[in-house]
Amino acid sequence: MTTTVAAAAVGTATRAGVEVRLENLQRRYAGVTALDGLSLTMAPGELVALLGPSGCGKTTALRLVAGLEQADSGRVVVGGEDVTGQPTNKRDVGMVFQAYSLFPHLTAWQNVAFGLQMRKVDARQRRQRAGEMLELVGLSGFADRFAHQLSGGQQQRVALARALAIQPKVLLLDEPLSALDAKVRARLRDEIRRVQLEVGITTLFVSHDQEEALAIADRVGVMHSGRIEQLGPPTTIYSRPATPFVAEFVGLTNRLPGVVRGGEVDVRGSRLPLVQPDTADGPAIALVRPEAVSVASGGETAAAPLVGTVIATAFLGATSRVTIDLGDITVLAQLPTSEATALPAGTRVRIAIRADPVLISRDEAAPERA
Amino acid sequence: MTRARRLRLRVFRVIVLVLGGAFFLVPIGAMFEFSTRGNRVGAPRTLEAWTTIVTYPDLLGAIRDSLGLATITSVGMLVLLLPTMIWVRLRLPRLKRTIEFLCLLPLTIPAIVLVVGLSPVYRWMAINLVDTIFLLSFAYLILVLPFAYRALDAGLSAIDVKTLSEAARSLGAGWGTVMFRVIAPNMASALLNACLLSVALVLGEFTFANLLSYLNLQVEIFQLGLANAGTSIAVSVASLMFAFILLVILSFFGRPRKRVAPERTGLPYPIAAAGPR
Amino acid sequence: MIAAGNPDVKTARRPREGGRRFPLHWVGALPFLIYVALFLLLPTAIVVVGAFVGKAGPSLSNITDLNQQFVLNAFVSSLLISTASAVVGAVTGALLAYAVATGNPRGVLRRVVSSACGVLAQFGGVTLAFAFIATIGSVGFIRLWLQERGLDIYANGVWLTELPGLVLVYTYFQIPLMVLVFLPALDGIRPQWREATESLGGGTWHYWRYVAGPLLAPAFLGATLLLFANAFSAYATAAALISQGNPIVPIAISNFLTSETGRNNPGLAQALALGMVVIVAIVMTLYALLQRRTSRWLR
Repeated sequence: MTTTVAAAAVGTATRAGVEVRLENLQRRYAGVTALDGLSLTMAPGELVALLGPSGCGKTTALRLVAGLEQADSGRVVVGGEDVTGQPTNKRDVGMVFQAYSLFPHLTAWQNVAFGLQMRKVDARQRRQRAGEMLELVGLSGFADRFAHQLSGGQQQRVALARALAIQPKVLLLDEPLSALDAKVRARLRDEIRRVQLEVGITTLFVSHDQEEALAIADRVGVMHSGRIEQLGPPTTIYSRPATPFVAEFVGLTNRLPGVVRGGEVDVRGSRLPLVQPDTADGPAIALVRPEAVSVASGGETAAAPLVGTVIATAFLGATSRVTIDLGDITVLAQLPTSEATALPAGTRVRIAIRADPVLISRDEAAPERA
Repeated sequence: MTRARRLRLRVFRVIVLVLGGAFFLVPIGAMFEFSTRGNRVGAPRTLEAWTTIVTYPDLLGAIRDSLGLATITSVGMLVLLLPTMIWVRLRLPRLKRTIEFLCLLPLTIPAIVLVVGLSPVYRWMAINLVDTIFLLSFAYLILVLPFAYRALDAGLSAIDVKTLSEAARSLGAGWGTVMFRVIAPNMASALLNACLLSVALVLGEFTFANLLSYLNLQVEIFQLGLANAGTSIAVSVASLMFAFILLVILSFFGRPRKRVAPERTGLPYPIAAAGPR
Repeated sequence: MIAAGNPDVKTARRPREGGRRFPLHWVGALPFLIYVALFLLLPTAIVVVGAFVGKAGPSLSNITDLNQQFVLNAFVSSLLISTASAVVGAVTGALLAYAVATGNPRGVLRRVVSSACGVLAQFGGVTLAFAFIATIGSVGFIRLWLQERGLDIYANGVWLTELPGLVLVYTYFQIPLMVLVFLPALDGIRPQWREATESLGGGTWHYWRYVAGPLLAPAFLGATLLLFANAFSAYATAAALISQGNPIVPIAISNFLTSETGRNNPGLAQALALGMVVIVAIVMTLYALLQRRTSRWLR
């Protein structure tokens, strides 16, 4: 039922997605570099998530696209038009903030209609379009509620409807889920994606939550110190991180001490290929995903570099995460739950590391015994 | 924010703050200026007005009486209000709203109205009990109630009165020990706040004293002003500075950690209102 | 033994606890309640009842006596200066509060201004009157300074001791009070609302007209009412400053209260006082209503 009605509403809301280009954006605050030459091209209708720790510049990037801040240099091009010098209110951007952005003295529909009022749309049409937009986000019954009468998730849906009501060229989402609790967060995330696909609007989504970013985006840009470290589809980001930072920020990673020798890294006797084989020889930390670690409990369990004791098992559903103490380090392994239940704490096990190409990190490589 | 807007805002702020600062500082400076004037036009600066303060025995007496009133009022306030508030928190939570309402009520009743109602009471007391200026403390205690209540309430809210008293009682303490040796020491800054506010208020009080015909500091300053403007302004400045120092100490030290939510009190009046005017 | 002893203890205790528990609880609050009854509620009752008691028992004579020209004039004067000082204080105070609120919330400026306002809002009475006499009185510092430059602020008479002067002097405590009351409301305005307005196509004018203005209006109106009540209740400053002849209500009351003036009339004083209570009560009720709305919007 919602799909047909929503599709009808979208008919009026759609505007073919446009290309959005961020070109070499620089931004410094009082000596601190927030953005250091950021470039990003978003295809029409694409949803790109900027992911990174706080202070990495992702919010600054979004605010530059919105025009809420001005770049020191670089350009923002929306649909072929350079908007770098334009004030926010002339840019046609829809924005959803972290929280509390609904005008508290206006009802839900008045909030949604606000942008149309700014555009001098007549009252009857405003009311009608606001109704359509609320329907699109599944809140038709809540048109006359005030913000304080809505839950956090409902407030964010209204905010989304409000941002889309003006048929913006770009949709900007500034951590719209971070103030909500886990369950609502997952539901609203999928809802935002559904609406975005229906409307077909080019969208920039900023988040510090990797799960959220990987789940919602066409492409994810992992940011670090004002630059994009890696840009690519979520699967690539997760399975083939390009840099140690990305590997450690996205997903769980074992940091295993080893030695680089001739394009391979030797970790406690296991030789693993390198992502970048031309790395210089010497001690290094190999970054290994828990999925690449397998565990066997039978056979020889005498002291050996890859033999240890299970100390904890975390049940995650279909898979479980097992922590193994190898004496000087601990290793995480992700296993099917059926296998993990056979390994209670205290079991002596032998681990094996799958020979996938690994990244290495050298910042803490000095204290190395192997 | 665009750069032009930021600049406009900056200019606006500087202008408003400078003009505001001037409006508030000039009259105080002018009092200093006035109190150091010579007797004739063009005479050099002199501290004569200040040194003659000690030559007015009535004035010195009024200062002594006002300080006495301030002390009695502060002590009375603590004795009356603190045990009641603790008791209500511990054993009579139902009464909290009522106590709060009664304590904040004097803010909405103009002082002059209270004087009208109190004047028969005071006439009766002066005839049937004793007639002394210190009777004013009874009325002043009512005046300081709202301020003392807010200060003490903030202090009590910051500590867990119930747990503290239960712990002390379980160790064998009586109610007196609970109040004076367990709870009071834990809210020392709130007690200090309540006392400083009371002292500042009493030292600046004019309405009650004047209309009930007692000569406290402010009434004496007012009457002296008719005869010797320089000296009365000098005393004004001195008492003002004293009150300022008290209140500045208070505003820097005793920031209540928790504000009383206005919608709960029924009388959402800010603490600053209804000073000695 | 034990089985027989236990019920004994229970039955022995129950009546005693049930008997003393209720009253002892309340005894703790009695001293305070009695004190407040004697020195706050009784005087209020005396005013209210006294207003309806004539020389021989209950009568409306005091109330009807209010209908005299000079009484009405006093109320008009009081309402005028309260309104004027409230409006001037509210507008100026709001500007000052905005200048502070747009700065660093933990900055020195903010701390100094709020402390200063806390102190200045308490300032009043004789000292304040003297401060203005020393500033712009007939031999005041600023007055003389301006006079030397050929500018006579008293060309049309010494207005400092008249109603306009009172308005000026009142603003000295009204502005700081406004800053104290209005600052929390300004703090409740979230920067996202401005940014949301801009992203939806609105400019500065739209923001103030459709968002910040409507949001702040109840807080502003409420604060203005508070300032009104504040000025309306004030007595000491006026008593120390104003010349006889054109009294405001509190001064009229004091004239009827003290016997020196020869117009001693406690009944009329009580009727006037009742009038003040009624006006302040109405104003404060409106204030409380507006405050409730503000606290819902700007928390």
